[in-house]
Amino acid sequence: MEKQYTIPIGPVHVGLKEPITAWLDLEGEKIVGATVRPGAIHRGIEFMARERNPIQVIYLAERICGICSFSHITAFVRAVEDAAGIPVPPRGQYIRALTLELERLHSHMLWAGVACYSIGFDSAFNLGMVLREKVMDVLEVLSGNRVNYGVGTIGGVRWDITPKVAAAVREMVKYYRAEFYPFYEIVTEDPIAHARMRHVGTLSYEDALRYGAVGPTARASGVRCDLRHSSPYEAYADFDVTPIVPQDYYGKAYGDVFDRFLVRVHEVYQSLDIVDKIMDGLPEGDIVWEKNATKVLLALKKAEGTGWSAIEAPRGDDSHVVHLAAGDENVTWWKVRAPTYANAVSWPVMFRENELADAPLIINSIDPCISCMERILTTDVGRGDQRLLTRKELLKMSREKTRRLMGK
Amino acid sequence: MNLAKYLEILPKSLWVTTCNSGSCNGCDIEIVATISPRYDIERLGMKLVGTPRHADVLVVTGPVTKFMTEKLRRIYHQMPDPKVVVVVGNCGASGDVFYKSYNLDGPVDRIIPVDVYVHGCPPRPEAIIEGVAKAVLKLENLKASLEAKEEAVS
Ligand code: SF4
Repeated sequence: MEKQYTIPIGPVHVGLKEPITAWLDLEGEKIVGATVRPGAIHRGIEFMARERNPIQVIYLAERICGICSFSHITAFVRAVEDAAGIPVPPRGQYIRALTLELERLHSHMLWAGVACYSIGFDSAFNLGMVLREKVMDVLEVLSGNRVNYGVGTIGGVRWDITPKVAAAVREMVKYYRAEFYPFYEIVTEDPIAHARMRHVGTLSYEDALRYGAVGPTARASGVRCDLRHSSPYEAYADFDVTPIVPQDYYGKAYGDVFDRFLVRVHEVYQSLDIVDKIMDGLPEGDIVWEKNATKVLLALKKAEGTGWSAIEAPRGDDSHVVHLAAGDENVTWWKVRAPTYANAVSWPVMFRENELADAPLIINSIDPCISCMERILTTDVGRGDQRLLTRKELLKMSREKTRRLMGK
Repeated sequence: MNLAKYLEILPKSLWVTTCNSGSCNGCDIEIVATISPRYDIERLGMKLVGTPRHADVLVVTGPVTKFMTEKLRRIYHQMPDPKVVVVVGNCGASGDVFYKSYNLDGPVDRIIPVDVYVHGCPPRPEAIIEGVAKAVLKLENLKASLEAKEEAVS
């Protein structure tokens, strides 16, 4: 047997957008085991919420994660509405669904771009980022912000769809229908991208179920799960959303990084269809239950109970549970379970039998959102001093592998 | 000093490295957006590099959690002189929404010296570029004083 080495990746790593540490046990180039240590950027958000009232917590919930910010506030306000029995007008529900889909679009495109970047396919990364700017523009027209939009509030939404926004949305859909296909083609037809992603980081159907993977990660392994399909919320009950699994499109689900790429690409198209349907069926009426925030707070102060909500965020199921006590203005307690937490459990399985150069790609392949995941984990002491493979070296290795494949 | 004049003839190509010390990611995606073709910092001679050992500018996001304090310090010390630090985002500048957390050592200026603050939650890519460009002025001053010191020694 070859000698085993343990190599840490992270917490700060150029292939990762956020701090997380993984220790990989290597035999030569092969990964035989992996330990993941989360908790680097735990900020204690759930604790802070206990000193704030629900409207203030919306801003905190938005900053759990900047990429799926709207998913988090939607899940949070839905939980509060559940606890306090506040209804949401239909137009408000439609605008929420629209913003959720816009968020999914930009998140999936960002992921597709970053995945290309981590295999050294920079031209595809740039193409993906150019495409993504279009939906950022639409979000900016809708809300005035690019990242933390502040669209949702308790009982509805804060921004209405004006004719100007509607025109921007329609134009965006047209633009993507025409422009997104070349990106898809460039990546999927490329033999190198194929070689780098196919049969890498495989998660079988059984393992996906056993380790409780959710969202596109589970769907890429062939699991038909999508909360928009199985327990529709907001306006989704009006549209027929079917989970996208690779076997429906390509005959077989491998559950590898390439399948995760394909699933996300098809979800972009699915989102475009949903956006179209939302715009066609947009009902008239109010966008919010009560405009006056003081009145909302008074109603919430009287409310007593536990509310619950789960939605399909771009990365999988995001569930929030909130408890409100009568007579208390603040949130009594709040629990968030973000999709990355469920998906990160399967990292060690995906790592096994892969090469070290594939590690950043595999970590990125579940679209990790570390800041979502780390709210109430206690940090343990790191494993002392270890030899560090610098992030530069790793990126270099990853890119060299691409070059090697190209040479063949 | 006139920033516009400086940008016209950038005295040096800035190499930038980033460190996420516990941010919500919002600022980080905007930093990624600055290297994308629409904002394209490379046309200004700036470049995102993977290691602090090559960098002139350190861009820090996030309110610095307890775990990241040591890491941030280490990254700062790995950078060669002269160096400047830019904090991107409100939460790195003041704690912002995270101000009452039990797990923060930040904001960033309690850990390492900061030269430029870029406000916003998150700031727009244009603002981030402006912040990094402002670092040029500081970097030039630092360089001049370092050179003066060296001359005095020799
Ligand atoms: S400043 Fe705002 S957007 Fe930026 S990392 Fe902090 S909380 Fe997130």
